[in-house]
Amino acid sequence: MDFHFFLIQLMNGVQYGLLLFLLSAGLTLVFGIMGIINIAHGSFYMIGAYLAWSLTGKLGSFWLALPAGIVLTVALGMLLEWLVIKRLYHRDLLYQVLATYGLILVCEELRSVLWGDDVRGFNIPEALNQSIQLSETLSYPVYRLWISGVCLAVAVLLYWVIQHTRLGMKIRAGASNREMVQSLGIDIQIVYRIVFAAGVTLAALAGMIAAPVSSVFPGMGNHVLIICFVVVVIGGLGSVKGALVASVMIGLVDTFGKVLEFSVGGVRLLPELSSMTVYVLMAVILLWRPEGLFGKKL
Amino acid sequence: MSRARRIEFFVLLAAVAALVALPFFAEKFYVQFFAKILIMAILAMSLDLLLGYTGLVSFGHAAFYGVAAYALAMVTPQYQAANFWTSFPLALAVAGLAALVIGFFVVRTHGIFFIMVTLAFAQMLFFVFHDTKLAGGNDGIYIDVRPVAKIGDWQPFDLDKFTHVYYLVLVAFVIVYLFLRVLLASPFGKVLVGIKANEHRMKSLGYATFRYKLVCFVIAGVLGGLAGYLSAIQFGVVNPEMMGWHLSGAVMMMVILGGMGTLVGPILGAAVWMLIELFFQGLPTVGEINLGKHWHLWMGLFIVLASLFLPKGLIGLGAALLRRGQRNKAEGDV
Repeated sequence: MDFHFFLIQLMNGVQYGLLLFLLSAGLTLVFGIMGIINIAHGSFYMIGAYLAWSLTGKLGSFWLALPAGIVLTVALGMLLEWLVIKRLYHRDLLYQVLATYGLILVCEELRSVLWGDDVRGFNIPEALNQSIQLSETLSYPVYRLWISGVCLAVAVLLYWVIQHTRLGMKIRAGASNREMVQSLGIDIQIVYRIVFAAGVTLAALAGMIAAPVSSVFPGMGNHVLIICFVVVVIGGLGSVKGALVASVMIGLVDTFGKVLEFSVGGVRLLPELSSMTVYVLMAVILLWRPEGLFGKKL
Repeated sequence: MSRARRIEFFVLLAAVAALVALPFFAEKFYVQFFAKILIMAILAMSLDLLLGYTGLVSFGHAAFYGVAAYALAMVTPQYQAANFWTSFPLALAVAGLAALVIGFFVVRTHGIFFIMVTLAFAQMLFFVFHDTKLAGGNDGIYIDVRPVAKIGDWQPFDLDKFTHVYYLVLVAFVIVYLFLRVLLASPFGKVLVGIKANEHRMKSLGYATFRYKLVCFVIAGVLGGLAGYLSAIQFGVVNPEMMGWHLSGAVMMMVILGGMGTLVGPILGAAVWMLIELFFQGLPTVGEINLGKHWHLWMGLFIVLASLFLPKGLIGLGAALLRRGQRNKAEGDV
């Protein structure tokens, strides 16, 4: 493997990892702060991708579709919190899993009604549809760099909001003691609604920016959800830092698992079994640290 | 026997008698439909052993159902029949082995981690069968000829006849029910219930809870595999969807719907679930919208509403109504 090829795979792995971080950050935040496990998270990724596709068609530009899509998904998140999620705060995990599982079926079927069951491709926006030449034969698309940039910007923004703003203070306080915060006169319900909407929007944003490269298809949220779970299990539930480390780890393992060749006793394991590499990684971490790399000891 | 247990016993006895009589008057469609309900009831009971009794919320139970079905499909030679007496124990062993390996990793986690890890491992199996050409990939494989149950020249039952399949399923269902009854009444079963109530206390009492949970996970896996094997026989086709999370979620919902931590609950839940599914699928076309085609939507809404408003399932609802009735009566007496 020559150096440029290695570099491209490395950047692909990091880009995939950062996108996973954008996704799993929402999942881990909603759990860490609200104690809600939302398995419909992957569906919001799918909804984001479909919104980007259909709004780009309607508004004529990806750059208009992006903010419009974000506004719509924030509204969707708030609506769902009000209708369903707020009834689950004091309930057993089992019911949270089931209720949000029901939401997956609803989202998937509404998608089928609204947008049909076909695979939709759409073009990378004009301004970013270029490549950087690395060597005579190899180049790297600018759009992928842009994805990584957006993900990093969101990570910094999240950090800033949670650590350095008044809202972030309320969020952190609400995570550690809900009743105390309420008795201080803060409407925790509103804070939770904002956090849930933020989680939904993070997932949908990941879907929107990934849509031009991954194309848009039914069930696209399911695979992503499972990988998010793997991220959270490896990184530790509720830890945003853990989500970042685990995401990049998985991005690299998955990408290199697909391009490297590896045989044991004449049997080719990679890339044939590349879809299993991340699960093997998860199994190893589970044996070593069942609570995840940055999780609190259970 | 307590009064409730006696009622349960007689209701089940009557139900089994009715099920035995069913093929004598019902059409083929209904016989097969009830066989499917019974298969789902076996799967739901096996999940309830984890969910309701041991407190292990497994979201990947369909994996064992699917693995056993695949085991049958893969030992069946093309255009020929497999032997029932060898393929049946083999399929159960494969499901048990899968449960042992997966259980070894997942049982050391707790709560939400357990849910996510069981789901992740089940999806891993799903993708192995879905993405590789190991066994027909995405489309699955057909079992062209059903297994033959010959002992020498004698053939006790013929699986090409749908009534024989139905009775085989019914017998398996009764055996699984009785087996779980005995298991849960045994000291082993008491330990499982203890683990659900307070695992730390069980540990400090000297029980190796890890091993108990692992054995429980394997038993549930084998019973789930039994359901999968029967399903493969009934439908003659095996596909990756059989181990997908839609089935895992549906089975979980059956257990909750009926009432977890009981054995009648999952049975009731499986029956009600299948009937509701049938009902939604048969919805008519209103205006331009085909309501029946989008039955997943109604199923999803039903799941959301049931998990929000029916936490103790139908059994819990029945018990609450009964209590209210008794209270009203008592107040009336005063």
